[in-house]
Amino acid sequence: MIFNFNKITKNNPFTAITIYFLIFLWVFVAAFPFIWTFWGSFKVELDFFSISNWTNAITGKNTEQTYGSPFTFIGYHGAWVQEEFWKAFINTSLVCFFVVITSLTIGTLGAYALSRSNFKYTFWLLIMALIFRAMPPITLVAGYLPPFFEWNLWGTLPTTIIVLVSINQPFTLWMLHSFFQNIPKELDESAKVDGCSQYQAFGHVIVPVMWPGIITTGLFSFLLAYNDFAVTSMLLSDENRTMIPKIAAFLGTTYTEGNVMFAVAAVVSATVPLFILIMFFQTKLVSGLTQGAVKG
Amino acid sequence: MKHKTFFWFILPTFLAMFFFITLPIISVTIQSLHTPHENVLVTVENCDPFGCKKATSINHEATQNLKKNNPLGKYVGLDIYFDRGHLAIEQVKNLWSKTNNFFEFLKLTADLPFYKALFFTLTFTFTVTPIMLVLGLLIALGVNSFNQKLKGLIIFFSLLPMIVTPLIGSIILFWMIDSRGIVGNFLQILFEDPGLSLKASTFLTWIMLIVYGVWHAIPFSFIVFYAGLQTLPKDQIESAQIDGANTFQQTIHIIIPHIMPLITFVTLMQLMDNFRVFEPIVGFNAEAHATSLSWIIFNDLGGETRQLSAAATSSILTIFGIIILLLPVLIKTWKEFEFKK
Repeated sequence: MIFNFNKITKNNPFTAITIYFLIFLWVFVAAFPFIWTFWGSFKVELDFFSISNWTNAITGKNTEQTYGSPFTFIGYHGAWVQEEFWKAFINTSLVCFFVVITSLTIGTLGAYALSRSNFKYTFWLLIMALIFRAMPPITLVAGYLPPFFEWNLWGTLPTTIIVLVSINQPFTLWMLHSFFQNIPKELDESAKVDGCSQYQAFGHVIVPVMWPGIITTGLFSFLLAYNDFAVTSMLLSDENRTMIPKIAAFLGTTYTEGNVMFAVAAVVSATVPLFILIMFFQTKLVSGLTQGAVKG
Repeated sequence: MKHKTFFWFILPTFLAMFFFITLPIISVTIQSLHTPHENVLVTVENCDPFGCKKATSINHEATQNLKKNNPLGKYVGLDIYFDRGHLAIEQVKNLWSKTNNFFEFLKLTADLPFYKALFFTLTFTFTVTPIMLVLGLLIALGVNSFNQKLKGLIIFFSLLPMIVTPLIGSIILFWMIDSRGIVGNFLQILFEDPGLSLKASTFLTWIMLIVYGVWHAIPFSFIVFYAGLQTLPKDQIESAQIDGANTFQQTIHIIIPHIMPLITFVTLMQLMDNFRVFEPIVGFNAEAHATSLSWIIFNDLGGETRQLSAAATSSILTIFGIIILLLPVLIKTWKEFEFKK
């Protein structure tokens, strides 16, 4: 351990207690809402929103009275079967899959070129990408709608996939660019000396060593596509909705029909894939977050 | 790399950004200067044995022709920018001459839809960003002193608020702070006020949204700062300890200067991300008390009416806002580039 707080905290128990309390509080604040909502999603509404006694949400008193067990899948059944959340799940899977594949393919080519060229236009392209990255994507939607309506492209998944790929390109380019910067240029040069063309050097030498960077960037592309609400809800028709816009639409309809638990179940269902993602790719996510920072 | 090779490598991503970012920006700019055609009305007098009546109806043919000949709509210059829904020049002038002091002026201006959104967006951006920087740094310093296994677990849970979809995160918190949810219930007991509802007051709604913003953003600063702490100059820390510097002094004089580039980076990213705040307003169902620039664009785009011109104008104003916000950084990058030359 390079920076040792233990040494300091040994002499100063007050600091130590403050630090441990702060960390404990943060982990609790970060994790508790998810645990609470997950647990509550197996209850009836009277338990999840408990007016009489908040412990009902833990014990499931009303759930037991209604269904004979403190756990019920009624919310999940309502969301997935009755409200056809499975369709939204399939749509999200399709969108995420194609967004990640396309983003990485065109992003890797572009970022490689940007990292291996020293001409002035390289700098300007990167600056343009930075400005595009800073713009909220919702500001572009007014520009998409008229042509999409005119040419009957609005509402379909392929249109949305292409739009998501494009608005995520600035981010993808910057991230991959910084990964490519870490791969020494001598690698390309030696491949070219051995008789490779630039394209062969890229395909046979660079891409194989780039895999960790490509996977990390892919994770963030996935998250951008999966988490998007503003753009997808504007560009997709009702039957093509992905999970997040569907959940937003749920809120309006379910509140009036008294089926809040459908929405709770849908929210938990949409969180599970992200939970699994963090479990398997924790180190990759952390390295991705710090990548941009290290490069400045 | 040769120009030709560069061209082929960059072409696909360039085309994607050109057609779906550059062209839309141009289209949005043009739309913000035009307003849709009004229907062409005709008045016809219908006479029957009981008398004559005048009826006004839409002349569909003429309207269609007008739309066909001029699909963009009627050119109105900057009129939409200055109307009541956006910069509201006239109303602001009025308020300026009517009100007695600046505070009152601000308060009344905040009732205009665009300024209401602008004030919340700026408040959100400039409260969440500093708070998340400080808390993120404190947590990073603390976690650094745990052992390896615990660290992994802490990082796992810490990532959740950031990775989980913003809309979902805000909905989950919203259910908890509902007066029947656990946090809402707890606050009612704490303040001995059974009628307490965080949703009812503007002030509490703003606090709630800012708390959500900080919760969502802490993991980012924490992770980046934590990574930065792993590269601290060991000898400097040791010599400072020998010289008798306490924890606080070490943090201020060694750690903070060391991770300064990271602080700049996190600040920059956060300013960009907080300026586009949108999902929590939908998730917390807070539009009655708080709107943001992104929210008014979304609101104009949605619904039956789809007011594209109004949304386009708000979009351009938002882009201006973000450029002003990032201007210092852009100037700095430009200077560095010039310096390198």
